[in-house]
Amino acid sequence: MRILTSKRGRDYLGGVLMIALGVAAAFQGASYRIGTLSRMGPGFFPVALGVILALAGVAIAITARFERDAVDAKSLPPEWRAWFCICAGIVAFVVLGKYGGLLPATFAIVFVSALGDRENNLLAAAILALGCVVVAVVVFRFALQLQFPLFQWG
Amino acid sequence: MHQALVDLWYGFGVALEPHNLMWSFFGVLVGNLIGVLPGMGALSAISILLPLTYTMHAVPAFLMLAGIFYGSMYGGAIGAILLNMPSHPPHAVTCLDGYPMTRQGRGGTALGITMIASFFAASFGIVVMIFASPLLVKAALSFGPTEIFSIMLLGLIAGGTMARGSPIKGVAMTVVGLLIGVVGTDVNSGTIRFAFGFPELTDRVELVALALGLFGVADFLRSVNRIKFVGTETKVRLRDMRPSKAELKQSFMPMLRGTLIGTLFGAMPGTGPTITTFIAYAFERRISRTPERFGHGALEGVASPEAASHSKTQVDFIPTMSLGIPGDAVMALLLGALMIQGIAPGPQLIREHADLFWGLIASFWIGNVLLVVLNVPLIGVWLKVLQVPYRLMFPCAMFFIAVGVYSTNNSLFEVNEVLVFGIAGAILMALDFPIAPILLGYVLGPLVEENFRRALLLSRGNLGVFFERPISLAFMIVCILLVAGQIFFAVLRALRRSRATRELPLGEAVAR
Repeated sequence: MRILTSKRGRDYLGGVLMIALGVAAAFQGASYRIGTLSRMGPGFFPVALGVILALAGVAIAITARFERDAVDAKSLPPEWRAWFCICAGIVAFVVLGKYGGLLPATFAIVFVSALGDRENNLLAAAILALGCVVVAVVVFRFALQLQFPLFQWG
Repeated sequence: MHQALVDLWYGFGVALEPHNLMWSFFGVLVGNLIGVLPGMGALSAISILLPLTYTMHAVPAFLMLAGIFYGSMYGGAIGAILLNMPSHPPHAVTCLDGYPMTRQGRGGTALGITMIASFFAASFGIVVMIFASPLLVKAALSFGPTEIFSIMLLGLIAGGTMARGSPIKGVAMTVVGLLIGVVGTDVNSGTIRFAFGFPELTDRVELVALALGLFGVADFLRSVNRIKFVGTETKVRLRDMRPSKAELKQSFMPMLRGTLIGTLFGAMPGTGPTITTFIAYAFERRISRTPERFGHGALEGVASPEAASHSKTQVDFIPTMSLGIPGDAVMALLLGALMIQGIAPGPQLIREHADLFWGLIASFWIGNVLLVVLNVPLIGVWLKVLQVPYRLMFPCAMFFIAVGVYSTNNSLFEVNEVLVFGIAGAILMALDFPIAPILLGYVLGPLVEENFRRALLLSRGNLGVFFERPISLAFMIVCILLVAGQIFFAVLRALRRSRATRELPLGEAVAR
């Protein structure tokens, strides 16, 4: 993660990322018909955008040269557990929503993402999740008539 | 003009009829509440309540829908300022300075200024409607694809370069947004672009998923375990909820400028409130004597875009109803509601259905009054919500986001989109990229391509057409000036920096 802790490193990485995205977009866009200026095909705009993005990426990487190579005064440590929990929470919502219904999905997303915070214990997360389940039933199901089965099997 | 005044008086009479007023109030209330829920904005609210209007008369139906629209815009501002979650793209700009204000404990002030700005803009907008309706319609008719493209280009450049930090990164993000906007089915040829085999993507990336992923989830990823409360931990006093006299004075001119920008753009077809708020913000930042405050809680950064958004909305009804050209998705829905009622939009609408048109305009003003009445006591409630510790709030917010996004199209795939954009947004923010321009690029993408294509088709491949037509030329000149100005200042800064390095003692210079 050393490259992320200095402004110069971040700019280099950012520039490279933009170049990669731009080139990828241009390549993919070229696979659709490009056409001419007066009769543009579906690929024209994506290719143009991809090129502009790649050029912007080059410009960003160049400005990185002018940045100081100093490490940031304060850099925060990465929060792997929290990040994993937040992502897992959303995935859980989608999976359980498809196979289990609104209530299990609601419980899952709140419970799992709450566990990402170091100060939440299992009990607090569970209570919060149950509270949200109640809200889901009252606000979204009854009041707003959301089209989402509360429970379903498989 | 005299006729317009008479009609307006009549319109107030219509809007204040108890029956109509009741529906107006209902709309504003429901809109406000739904607008606060992240993920649900005017679109969801109107879609849910649209069937109610089938059995109603045209005037109360439309007043209610307009009330929902208006109320949800204000509710969206609440979500944007207090929670950094915009449920409507124009509010993405409000997040930029509104949320930092909340983090500094000034959330109440931001909300208060938003209310005042919207009231101010609505009042001003009425005046404009009276004097300018016929003029604006005429101006709207002279806008061809060339002009629309030029103004969108201006909006994109202004929006991209206004981000704090490097403008070139802002431009890159705008292009990323444009590319995300390309995903889907090409209107002209039917080719499916960038869908990577996912059938759900043939219908474009979902706007709400993009907005909430980039602003909501990405922010959670960056803030979890790192902040204790949104806002400060000090108790919120009544005094904090009202902007001070000095702050009112500070925000008066931005409100005025924002209103003017909103009114100007209101008449132009094809420009929605999103581009208007971005331009208002960029403009404020450009003319400010202390631009470095923007992005860290500058009051002008909230006052101007909100005023622009509200006045734009009001004036937007002119081209929507008189030309049948909606400025954005919500306007399109309202247009649909009109047609269901059997009223055809067009220049004759103002004459034939004067009660509807002027009643609508009057109801905007009344709706604003209602909003102020509703929300002043509620500000305290919203701020209490902020006192909930972050570790309890963000899981609940995740739930609201997931359900809100699902409810837009009953699609779980779009909840996946939220995750993808959340991760992407977090990575981009870690690399110091501004994410608001992505939303602008996404919203404008298809329109930019469409108008570019059309302009070149009409001019048979002649790129010079953008400089030959006078209105378009004017916009292009402003674009060029903007870009040139940016390059100039960047070079200046680089020179100054290298000069400073040279003047340092040898030891330090080596370290660089």
